[in-house]
Amino acid sequence: MKISAVPYVALKALRRNTMRTLLTALGIIIGVGAVITMVGLGQGAGAEVEEQVNRLGQNVILVFPGERQLGGVSIGGGSANTLTVEDAIALREEIPEVVAASPEVRSQRVLVYGNRNWATPVYGQSHDYLQIRDWPIEDGRMFTEEEVGRAALVTVIGQTVVQELFEGSDPIGETVRVRGLPLEVIGVLAPKGMSLMGSVQDDLAIVPYTTGFQRISGRSHAMVLNVQVYNEESMDIARAKITDLLRERHRLAPNQDNDFTIQTQEEVAQVATETSRVMTWLLASIASIALFVGGIGIMNVMLVSVTERTREVGLRLAVGAKGPDVLLQFLIEAVILCLLGGLGGILVGVVATEVIASYAGWPALFSVEAMVVAVGVSAAVGVFFGFYPAWKASRLDPIIALRRE
Amino acid sequence: MDVLELKGIERTYRTGAVEVKALRGVDLTVGEAEFLAIMGPSGSGKSTLMNILGCLDSPTAGQYLLNGQDVATLNRGQLARIRNETLGFVFQAFHLLPRTTASENVELPLLYRDEQLSWKEIRDRAREALGIVGLGDRLDHTPTELSGGQKQRVAIARALVTKPRVLLADEPTGNLDTRTSLEIIELIQRLNDEGLTILMVTHEPEIARFAERVVILRDGLIRSDRRRTPLRAADSLADWSEESEDAMDEALGDRMETETTPPLEVGR
Ligand SMILES: Nc1ncnc2c1ncn2[C@@H]1O[C@H](COP(=O)(O)OP(=O)(O)OP(=O)(O)O)[C@@H](O)[C@H]1O
Ligand SMILES: [Mg+2]
Repeated sequence: MKISAVPYVALKALRRNTMRTLLTALGIIIGVGAVITMVGLGQGAGAEVEEQVNRLGQNVILVFPGERQLGGVSIGGGSANTLTVEDAIALREEIPEVVAASPEVRSQRVLVYGNRNWATPVYGQSHDYLQIRDWPIEDGRMFTEEEVGRAALVTVIGQTVVQELFEGSDPIGETVRVRGLPLEVIGVLAPKGMSLMGSVQDDLAIVPYTTGFQRISGRSHAMVLNVQVYNEESMDIARAKITDLLRERHRLAPNQDNDFTIQTQEEVAQVATETSRVMTWLLASIASIALFVGGIGIMNVMLVSVTERTREVGLRLAVGAKGPDVLLQFLIEAVILCLLGGLGGILVGVVATEVIASYAGWPALFSVEAMVVAVGVSAAVGVFFGFYPAWKASRLDPIIALRRE
Repeated sequence: MDVLELKGIERTYRTGAVEVKALRGVDLTVGEAEFLAIMGPSGSGKSTLMNILGCLDSPTAGQYLLNGQDVATLNRGQLARIRNETLGFVFQAFHLLPRTTASENVELPLLYRDEQLSWKEIRDRAREALGIVGLGDRLDHTPTELSGGQKQRVAIARALVTKPRVLLADEPTGNLDTRTSLEIIELIQRLNDEGLTILMVTHEPEIARFAERVVILRDGLIRSDRRRTPLRAADSLADWSEESEDAMDEALGDRMETETTPPLEVGR
């Protein structure tokens, strides 16, 4: 058979049934589009996660109470009571590489201002916490070490709290009440946006840990120690020194396990990106199911089409087409159908990713690999699901095929 | 040399437990450039015989030599090649591809050629074949835009486009009126004059009169095989236009006059 006639004949056959061709391709369009959208969104989310981890602050080490599996990203909620305020102070004073250390407690409390109230997480921190988080003050000031020392009744609040309690009016110098304690608002934090876990980071109030521990949270131990190290090169030394110091302070025998867990910002980032990669794969596999269903659609249509076009096949055989010619024709038809669907799917996927990403506030990432793979897979789907109907057609007996109505 | 030679051809169809002997020992020899009509009552095995001659079906017994070669020794691919290059088949039911233009329908066999023709050559040969059957001005018409006679001409052009040695036509005029049938036969006679061997099935004696040899089948056997001087379809066509059309014209004219009614008054 004439080689260039193979795609020609296949295209003609597809054009003779435009509607069916389009509807069949739609299955693949949706499948490929879904794959590309899912992978794009997953990667966009991953990039966003990375970005947020970087926003955690520079050269940060987190010390959690108790032994934790790496991978438990959930920050806070320390189950064990092993870390104290004194531990934090010791880290700051005895380890030269540590420039700041803040013992943290967190509790959900209702803030009251006038006749308005708002439930928000209240954090007890030290005066250098904002430096650790690399978080600027927008208005007013952060509390001082001296204020921490005398457990001053002051607070620095996030943007959400400002909006909810003060409705835009200036909160500096006003007094809010928490569990009956009057706290003077001395500062407002710059907006920070969403956190890793999707919560609003601007919904918080920070008080000196001296105020926060007993009087607001009712806790004696820190949920986490936020530690900042002098520079990136010092991270490993600092980590070792922190471990030694805490073991010493906790009087752990050499054969005993740590009763705390140290995580660097980088490790948190790793876990987070790992999570987003798993998510990407999960989404991609769901989308692959859509592609698979699209493939079955192709097979179904090709089978119907072989049955419907039995007379056409019979005629082609009668005028000299050989079995392999017919096989090739139906196979190429299926592949063209899938490739058309693949290209359409890329288009749909790109548009869908762009739209969804812009709503979610993520960057829209397109991976060329995902597109190549999607189109490759759709061609493979075409061959795979097109083969059986094509083979069936090529096995037809010309006169039986011609006689069929 | 003989083009076709059948020796003791039998064909038995099995449908479940029932056996139908469609052909029961047919001997037939057809020479170069013969024009042969095959007649016989319905169910006598004419189509079965044509299918075997066209290498679309194989006999259950007997030998079929095509150009001296035993067809039974050929594989599927070689048979396909013979169907493509040596034989032209015209079906009673036309079997044109739907939604496909006349020229594309005619191109079809050329696409399955073993030697690689250029697209231009394929187009030119399809146009030439359609020109021979008098459809040079209908190249881009799809089957639904063609009359029955025109469709049959496209089917004949498709059979001719490969320049076959033998044209096998199974009731090529079966679906056509007398006038159109005559035109098709006239075309077939012209092709035969140019040296094409033609076997044509028909159940109409008027059509068989145009063949130089008439074979009659009954119950799967040849009952009669006669030669005679054929009528010329061209002559019949010439007569036709003078007598029949004039007569029809008059008859119609009379009726028009008597049936003419005044136009309806439409009030304003
Ligand atoms: N595929 C088949 N399966 C079973 N029997 C068949 C088949 N094809 C034909 N026959 C039988 O073989 C016999 C001859 O059939 P064939 O089609 O050759 O007749 P024919 O002479 O062409 O008739 P017609 O003038 O009606 O076309 C018939 O009895 C028919 O029933
Ligand atoms: Mg018949």
